[in-house]
Amino acid sequence: MIPAAFEYKRANSVDEALRLLGEHGEDAKLLAGGHSLIPMMKLRLAAPAMLIDIAGIPNLDQIDAASDPLTIGALTKHAKLAASDELQKKAPALWDAANDLGDPQVRNRGTIGGASAHGDPSADYPAVLQALDATFTLAGKNGTRELKAAEFFRGMFETALGANELLTKISFAAAPKSAYVKFHHPASHYAVVGVAVALTIDGGAIESARVAITGVGDVAFRAAGVEAALKGVKTNDADGLAAACAGAASGVQARSDTFASASYRTAMADVFAARAVAQAAAR
Amino acid sequence: MAFTAMVGARIRRREDPRLITGRATYVDDVRQVGTVYAAFVRSPHGHAKIVSIDTSAAKADPRVLAVYTGEDLHHAHGVKSSLPVAHKMADLKTPPHYMLALDEVRVVGDAVAIVVATTAYAARDAVELIAVEYEVMPAVTDVEKAAAGPPYVHASLGTNIAFTMPFAAGDTDKAFAEADVVVKQRIVNQRVAPVPIEPRSMVANWDAGMQQLTIYSATQIPHLLRTQLAVVLGLPENHIRAIAPEVGGGFGAKLNVYAEEAVVSWVAMQLECPVKYIETRSECFQAMIHGRDQIDDLEIAAKSDGTITGMRLKITANLGAYHQLLTPVVPTLTLLMAHGCYRFENISAEVVGVFTNTMSTDAYRGAGRPEATFFIERSIDMVAQRLGLDPAEVRRKNFIAKTSFPHTTATGLTYDSGDYETTMDKALKIVDYAGLRKRQEELRKQGRYLGIGLSTYVEVCGMGPSAAMPAAGWDSATIRVEPTGSITVLTGISPHGQGEETTFAQIVSDELGVPIDQVSVIHGDTDKVQYGVGTFGSRGTAVGGAALQLAIQTIQAKAIKIAAHQWEANPDDLEYRDGKIGIKGDPSKSMTTPEAGFAAFMGDNLPPGLEPGLDATRRFEPPNFVFPFGTHVCVVEVDAKSGQVEVVQYVAVDDCGRLLNPMIVEGQIHGGIAQGLAQALFEEVVYSDDGQLLTGTLMDYAIPHAEQVPHYELDHTVTGTTVNPLGIKGCGEAGTIGSTPAVANAVIDALAPFGVVHIDMPLKPEKLWAAMQPKSNGSVR
Ligand SMILES: Cc1cc2nc3c(=O)[nH]c(=O)nc-3n(C[C@H](O)[C@H](O)[C@H](O)COP(=O)(O)OP(=O)(O)OC[C@H]3O[C@@H](n4cnc5c(N)ncnc54)[C@H](O)[C@@H]3O)c2cc1C
Repeated sequence: MIPAAFEYKRANSVDEALRLLGEHGEDAKLLAGGHSLIPMMKLRLAAPAMLIDIAGIPNLDQIDAASDPLTIGALTKHAKLAASDELQKKAPALWDAANDLGDPQVRNRGTIGGASAHGDPSADYPAVLQALDATFTLAGKNGTRELKAAEFFRGMFETALGANELLTKISFAAAPKSAYVKFHHPASHYAVVGVAVALTIDGGAIESARVAITGVGDVAFRAAGVEAALKGVKTNDADGLAAACAGAASGVQARSDTFASASYRTAMADVFAARAVAQAAAR
Repeated sequence: MAFTAMVGARIRRREDPRLITGRATYVDDVRQVGTVYAAFVRSPHGHAKIVSIDTSAAKADPRVLAVYTGEDLHHAHGVKSSLPVAHKMADLKTPPHYMLALDEVRVVGDAVAIVVATTAYAARDAVELIAVEYEVMPAVTDVEKAAAGPPYVHASLGTNIAFTMPFAAGDTDKAFAEADVVVKQRIVNQRVAPVPIEPRSMVANWDAGMQQLTIYSATQIPHLLRTQLAVVLGLPENHIRAIAPEVGGGFGAKLNVYAEEAVVSWVAMQLECPVKYIETRSECFQAMIHGRDQIDDLEIAAKSDGTITGMRLKITANLGAYHQLLTPVVPTLTLLMAHGCYRFENISAEVVGVFTNTMSTDAYRGAGRPEATFFIERSIDMVAQRLGLDPAEVRRKNFIAKTSFPHTTATGLTYDSGDYETTMDKALKIVDYAGLRKRQEELRKQGRYLGIGLSTYVEVCGMGPSAAMPAAGWDSATIRVEPTGSITVLTGISPHGQGEETTFAQIVSDELGVPIDQVSVIHGDTDKVQYGVGTFGSRGTAVGGAALQLAIQTIQAKAIKIAAHQWEANPDDLEYRDGKIGIKGDPSKSMTTPEAGFAAFMGDNLPPGLEPGLDATRRFEPPNFVFPFGTHVCVVEVDAKSGQVEVVQYVAVDDCGRLLNPMIVEGQIHGGIAQGLAQALFEEVVYSDDGQLLTGTLMDYAIPHAEQVPHYELDHTVTGTTVNPLGIKGCGEAGTIGSTPAVANAVIDALAPFGVVHIDMPLKPEKLWAAMQPKSNGSVR
């Protein structure tokens, strides 16, 4: 890869990273796993003058699955999430996504923080973390602030992260009846449509549902209509579950590319929502 | 006859240890002192006038050594600034194809200028400093639109049609008049990109003292590259050395002479130092040749029993903006193979080659034959569907009988040998065809859509007789028995993944009776190896291996003379037995080839008049092509809700003649199927109407990942050939040729309950899903 020239500094703490960000301003970019940033630099679509490598900051790569809510450090690699038995039990939707993301190289380098901060409209976690109603902790010069996933993901490659902020951790309540199901793009393997579902079930019927969809629009979104329609549906009523998922992406401006048109993406949102609901209900 | 310890054995490839441990030397691994780095400024437009090029900012960068534009090359002494095209068509339109665009660019990625700098980074930075002012012109990428009229890719031609080739055999009108059914279909064989893992790569050096150009290039044809560089650069050919070191995949895309190879060589001559250029993946998508891209308009005449009686065919080939080396030849191969393995005699056809503002198409694994196999195999299924017959039985009905070989086709080829029914029956048995059809019925009742696709292909390869392919027909081999007994083979083919370092050593080991590790096979360097044509068209072993076999015969004959002299015997009483020289019917005496070689080296005990040394160079001129064949069966399930395809089973029974190394053959078939299946399901190069390449990265363009290809169940039959002394046919392209229609037929078969007759590739989920949707009036289509 032959990017434009850049300076490189390694930050050993959040404070140091924030200080460097403050010093270099617009010209600087944080570097975590590099698996979104470096491909852009390779294509010279990004040419930051300064890379601040945060991958070595200690203690930001831990999964704390014993606590409630569960907490995951922003530098936790996909592979670590994918290998976590605790996560598989307590938040299988995230475990599904981590296992189904990229390839071994990507999973061994890329981080949950980087994947979130990048704001890719076809990435998996934006749907999962909205379905888990996760809380994002952002560190800045003046301390930290917390945001809900739905506020964090704002648009295509756009998040609520300020220019001088760093995402430190992500937390969410356990959601053992959750699942993530993905329609892979045949080339990129990103989500053409990806649906994350977290359910609570009472007496064989759905008590509450959070359904979030990535890949379809400019940003992952909650499918409020489906969530409402699912309430009270018996989990053994396959047709009822599928019917509740109709119109999952209604009102969303779907994207088109050479692989899938907007109308197909919209139709697939229903199909994959139904599959994700069925899978979550079966857990 | 030699004993067969090595030939036929599953010997592991001798190439692999260095490849999988990172010790192989690819072009980018060639490190020479004083190397400078090139990068190209490329057109961002499909069609535009170059108004001006401002190189001043780039030249002001202290790291930049030189910038050259089309003007510089055009006026350079001795340089022929247009690139070669090999063809035999009298009225082919061959507009100039400048090494660097002059006045006008005609495709996104057209090279406009070259920058040379001290590092690869500086060269890329400098590309961004060069300001090219363009005046955008109307572009055309749709081949039918281009054929119909303006805008013209080359205004001076006043047309986009580069050639029209009519063909007729038999009485097609009569066949259609007497047909019970006529199946009519327009079949698009989409454009695909070869995507070798190693992109185009080259480093050229000019030794001013010796007036010698050396170019390392990722090429399939080092000698032909040398010849063409001599022509284009105006250099004596013996002052050029072309080396193909390890080459990371070619698939036909490196069977070419690229502008970049010539420009980088010329720049090395100007700067008198090594100049390296390794293209990026993005450039590779834009400026390496593409494959396929034909529209085949077909009509098939058939009798109600499924007998096919005639074909009307129009091949409209999208040539791209310029001719590359074989651009116009490829679609003519489609016509030659329009028959497939079927008997019918009446064909009326036309091939039209059309320029568009897209990258040139050229040979890509199969090169013209996959297109033919695709439409004839689809046609058989369409005829079967129309008549309510089983597609396997329609094939059986139309096969050329195994007793009628050699068989001359209406298109004028002579198929050497074949037994199509046996491979089909074997494949059908492996999949339990009758059982599968039953299961298909049952699953349909449950709303599950299983599809079974057959492809009974035959292909033409072992390119080929020189009469058909001048300068690309024959090949060469040298064998040297070294004084201490090791044996060196110099082969004119230039393998780049096919494994001939192993198979050729297997042959020599058996025939000349030395352990395989005493044999080394050298290739790909014009200063080491006698002239050879190269590796493409599944010819490496069928032609190069045959030349090796001839050289073995020469070595054996001379070794026998040496032994006869020492034993005071008559050479006619001696023979090679189990790799050693012996006396016919007398096991008491033997001499090894190394012993004969040592005697030839010592020179003091040779028959009078016999020259010292034991070596031989031979060339093989194939009397015909070879025609491997086989049956591929693909079973898929299409998900009715999403249109996603799962390949449930894949069986291939191929016949490529004698198997020198079954493991290598299987590897070739595996890779071939992966590429062919990928064309059926995933791959598609897409240009926008104004010429932008929309599938220019591996994030958009889908080459198959491991998990996207099925487990392959392989089997084979062996039908010999007398075309070459090894009795082998090629297997390099067969997998690609056979697989695409098998997969497409399976998917379309799955959708038969929806009334689907044909869907163009790639068979993307969205298309299948759309075809499976109930129509608004409640019926299904
Ligand atoms: C071949 C390939 C396939 C892939 N497939 C998928 C897939 O199927 N699904 C999917 O979802 N993703 C996929 N990805 C993307 C992958 O998940 C990346 O790892 C991820 O998007 C970025 O994480 P990273 O740690 O590599 O971030 P980097 O590339 O280092 O950074 C990405 C961006 O986030 C910023 N950033 C990083 N960390 C922080 C932080 N803690 N705080 C603030 N800003 C930060 C960076 O400045 C940069 O702008 C794929 C990537 C590749 C290369």
